[in-house]
Amino acid sequence: MAKITSIADLKKFQQEYRSLKEARSREKIIVSVSLATCGIASGGNMVMEAMKDEVARQGIDNVEFIRVGCMTYCHSEPTVEVSLPGREPLVFGKLDENGARQLVQKYLKKGELTGTVIPVNYTRVEL
Amino acid sequence: MEPKKQLRIATRNCGFIDPENIEDYIGVRGYEALASAITNGTPAGVIEQMKKSGLRGRGGGGFPTGVKWAFAAANQADQKYVVCNADEGDPGAFMDRALLEGDPHSIVEAMAICGYAIGASIGVVYIRAEYPLAIKRLIKSIEDARDYGLLGRNILGTGFNFDIELKYGAGAFVCGEETALIRSMEGSRGEPYTKPPFPASAGYWGKPTIVNNVETLANIPPILVKGADWFSSIGTENSKGTKVFALAGKITNVGLIEVPMGITLGEIIFEIGGGCPNGKQFKAVQTGGPSGGALTSRDIDVPIDYDNLIARGSMMGSGGMIVMDEDNCMVDVAKFFLDFTMDETCGKCTPCRIGSKRLHEILCRITQGEGTLEDMENLQCLGATIKDTALCGFGQTMPNPVLSTIRTFMDEYRAHVVDKKCPAGVCVSLLEIVILAESCVGCTLCSRVCPVNCISGTVKGVHVIDQAACIKCGACIDACKFQAIVKR
Repeated sequence: MAKITSIADLKKFQQEYRSLKEARSREKIIVSVSLATCGIASGGNMVMEAMKDEVARQGIDNVEFIRVGCMTYCHSEPTVEVSLPGREPLVFGKLDENGARQLVQKYLKKGELTGTVIPVNYTRVEL
Repeated sequence: MEPKKQLRIATRNCGFIDPENIEDYIGVRGYEALASAITNGTPAGVIEQMKKSGLRGRGGGGFPTGVKWAFAAANQADQKYVVCNADEGDPGAFMDRALLEGDPHSIVEAMAICGYAIGASIGVVYIRAEYPLAIKRLIKSIEDARDYGLLGRNILGTGFNFDIELKYGAGAFVCGEETALIRSMEGSRGEPYTKPPFPASAGYWGKPTIVNNVETLANIPPILVKGADWFSSIGTENSKGTKVFALAGKITNVGLIEVPMGITLGEIIFEIGGGCPNGKQFKAVQTGGPSGGALTSRDIDVPIDYDNLIARGSMMGSGGMIVMDEDNCMVDVAKFFLDFTMDETCGKCTPCRIGSKRLHEILCRITQGEGTLEDMENLQCLGATIKDTALCGFGQTMPNPVLSTIRTFMDEYRAHVVDKKCPAGVCVSLLEIVILAESCVGCTLCSRVCPVNCISGTVKGVHVIDQAACIKCGACIDACKFQAIVKR
């Protein structure tokens, strides 16, 4: 990537990236896995691998995994946020390998709720 | 729908962007605050915004950030420094780690903004070596920002130069105190020195230096993007914005929360935290870590901000909240924190080095049932003396856990000293484990699990514990299926 050399450049890049992301979220299932130290320690990587494996087994081809930081729900780690196209994102917690596979089979594939859904308890300031 | 209790400003991106992807950060208007400041703004203008926002230091001291920046800006020097204090060490506090691991670019951007405002070209992150993932992500962020031309020389063609390096702390708690931190960065022992001179006039290598905490920095890009008026509309009269707290201990929803200043303690503990698990009664919460104090069920309606916490003998600190329920003994809690501070004192000044040791000894005596009323007076008198005479913030706040628990839980201290009882059933020396004759069915399970064989009795006969031999491990209590064994 070339250097950003002016504020106009930065804003252009920002706009392009935003529309790219929006387009992506319209077509793809976005799975964000909480992978800060705490998430990793409680098995976040294992959950991500299990989900990736199950996604491949089920032949779902429009899933994108993103590694994110702390989701703040220590009480329910490991946690993942799943954003199905056209739906509000949902956070699923207390996942283990089995729960991760269930999540793929039920929610990612059929949109059926499964496991522990963590209610969003904050308002987020978006810039 | 009822409005949400939490408001996320500092942690706005945590859990939403890939921390190792600079493009994700730029996509959420990252580096826009820096770009507009250096392109269209002036250093004085940035400082003015910071002052107007009312942002105060989130590391615990609560000093107005804009005022601090103005001091450093006013001091002329050939070199100035911006230091990010990432030496998070309070027991039970992990918000800085979460920010660095979840949104490292916001810290990088904020440091560059500070550098522009005060006229510094070098930033240093002083970070604990115990945070390897935070370090890895921070290093990647700095390298990526350089590659994109957002750090380094002549940023966005404005002629502004700024770069960041890392220094690792070895885990000494006192190095979170800014003067000790600077000494440690210079390669000396991490010992505080007396202020003035303040770091803003003579800090790192004797040059004007701004030391800002991670969470303080995380608030800066949103302030510049959304405006100081927006930020100062949140919070209370003298404490603007939000505060991130780490809820730990006896609380159902352990986790990180970010709430507007002025929210009550009750809202945090019961509505967000979900109260104490297993139906236990909420007893107290330690805020401000080992330098803070305990708030109790009487403080449930207190709006949490810098001034209200200090008025109640505690402090904001970095934001650890350790929740205690009816099973926690407050004397034991005070002893725990003193044990920590006694280990962590740098030893430079006598009140802190010897005072902490003496306080700890007295607390040990009390929890072992050997305390006297004179000990209680001595705790208060010694605590007050240490507060008045210790060299740095660490020593001056170190007696707080003792002073605040003795003030709010005088009855519990008296029970230990006068009645030789620990009401919460924690202090082993003051406990008796007894078998209730009316509930014992003589199943012999307890005598079989007892590691010191001090329980006697025959099958179907009432069992008895030999108090002289009992080590109070509680294995029999856990084993008994008839709730026939109790601590008292």
